[in-house]
Amino acid sequence: MFQLLGIPPQALFGQLLLGLINGSFYALLSLGLAVIFGMLNVVNMAHGALYMVGAFVAWLLLTYVGIGYWPALVLAPLIVGALGLVLERTMLRRLYKVDHLYGLLLTFGLALIFEGAFRHQFGVSGQPYPIPDLLKGGTNLGFMFLPTYRGWVVGFSILVCGATWFAIERTKLGAYLRAATENPTLVQAFGINVPVMVSLTYGFGVALAGLAGVLAAPIYQVNPLMGANLIIVVFAVVVIGGMGSILGAIVTGLGLGLLEGVTKVFYPEASNIVVFVIMAVVLMIKPAGLFGREK
Amino acid sequence: MTTRSPTQTQAGLRLRAASGAATHTALLMGGGLLVAVIAPFLLYPVFLMKVLCFALFACAFNLLIGFAGLMSFGHAAFFGSAAYVTAHAAKVWALPPELAILAGTASAAVLGLAFGALAIRRQGIYFAMITLALSQMVFFLALQLPFTHGEDGIQAVPRGTLFGLFDLTDSMTMYYSVLAIFVAGFALVWRTVHSPFGQVLKAIRENEPRAISLGYRTERYKLVAFVLSASLAGMAGATKALVFQLASLTDVTWQMSGEVVLMTLLGGMGTLFGPVVGAALVVTLESYLAATSLPVPVVIGCIFVVCVLVFRKGIVGEIKHWFENRSK
Repeated sequence: MFQLLGIPPQALFGQLLLGLINGSFYALLSLGLAVIFGMLNVVNMAHGALYMVGAFVAWLLLTYVGIGYWPALVLAPLIVGALGLVLERTMLRRLYKVDHLYGLLLTFGLALIFEGAFRHQFGVSGQPYPIPDLLKGGTNLGFMFLPTYRGWVVGFSILVCGATWFAIERTKLGAYLRAATENPTLVQAFGINVPVMVSLTYGFGVALAGLAGVLAAPIYQVNPLMGANLIIVVFAVVVIGGMGSILGAIVTGLGLGLLEGVTKVFYPEASNIVVFVIMAVVLMIKPAGLFGREK
Repeated sequence: MTTRSPTQTQAGLRLRAASGAATHTALLMGGGLLVAVIAPFLLYPVFLMKVLCFALFACAFNLLIGFAGLMSFGHAAFFGSAAYVTAHAAKVWALPPELAILAGTASAAVLGLAFGALAIRRQGIYFAMITLALSQMVFFLALQLPFTHGEDGIQAVPRGTLFGLFDLTDSMTMYYSVLAIFVAGFALVWRTVHSPFGQVLKAIRENEPRAISLGYRTERYKLVAFVLSASLAGMAGATKALVFQLASLTDVTWQMSGEVVLMTLLGGMGTLFGPVVGAALVVTLESYLAATSLPVPVVIGCIFVVCVLVFRKGIVGEIKHWFENRSK
């Protein structure tokens, strides 16, 4: 049995995998935040809460309706996305003309409401969510044991991130979106319904959070506070990556997840704060973020 | 800086023009002080001390958002870390209360200097996210460092004897000491806002590029404002640690940062009395809700949403607006 710097490889790769999984969630969430921010100029503080809602929708569907993982993987993001549309149409919309900070405060209030309500209803203890039959078990890769579900989460997240990147950077709809981010008035003058596009963007961004929630449900337990602390790390990820670039959000998310995993192996005490330390360093060297552009 | 003098004269003129309003403010302050002196005979002193601590905390926060336009979402880091340092100083080092509070405030100032230097590198929404992330780092440190005692916090902190004269175990003596601290903090905020320095801060809030073009080194002004605000927030946290004889993780959570934002928003950002009113309302509401089965975060969240959607000026801000409209 070989050892790497005194660490058994199973432990190292195990933590790396865990880091990659966390990184997938960071990537999905920061991607959604970046898309929303680009279009609405709103930092969606409710993103973590909506991730939690996504997980809970999957759990509720399973527990009360008997709808399993695969349909939930489609239904939960749709439900969360619809919820996002309602929030955007009824509340966020009124704030585009005032200081962007009010958008942050509004979504912070919404996050408190969602988290408080679910906590009131379901308590703070987690609800277990079973891994679907198809993805049970695992494979021995020789140097480590890979549980199938975890491999699926990483692969599927990267696929979704890639698809989103493609849709925004390479399709006609994405071109409209990018154009409307740069100059909404002009795009509106060309006959494109920008307000609808803004609503859909918000819906899509939070649907990504909902999807991350469903993916997370079988790994972490379904818990009303599961999004609260995660979202702050995601904010740090966004500051590090810079909000300007879609690809930047994905790469930074995955990279920082991995880094957290490595820290857990070599210096576990620091694993909670390593992302924040990196954020501080990046701010000192390149304040606009690794992939960001200074405006 | 030689370019400063014309702006200073202008600021002076504006101050003199506002002296009519200042009489009203003086009356209000006197009345408020009178109420605060009588209050402990009518209401539970510990509750009032809580209000005063949070009012000072909110005033400190408001100095930053209301007068410099910097939205910090991590002020709990200063409040909480000062509470920890004060509790540790009073309990383990057996320092007298005045030195313990000083130690707490100083630690918050140092932390404020470090965080401020990082955070002012970005503006607006990023500033909020950076302060939030940095304060979360403080939360994890408070959870893991040995001297903070993790989930238990530092309990049974002795209140001690202030200046070797006043026994703070008596809740009336404690109350008047807290009131004195609050008045000193409020006076400092008032003085800062009405100084040439405060005028420059407002100029930065309104139009930073213009302030830069006038020759002001805006980062320095912002940093000083940040450190001042962090120190005052620390002073509030330090006092709170002695009042409740407890420093715990609750003081450093992001929910605490959110709470002080709410107090200021509800009372009125950028008004001097707003944060005090907001803090009194939120503390009262929370102690009232604690007795009911209603979930506190949901109610707080609803107030947030309503404030942001329908009255962004806050209570004091709306009253001020109403009076200004009437006098026109």
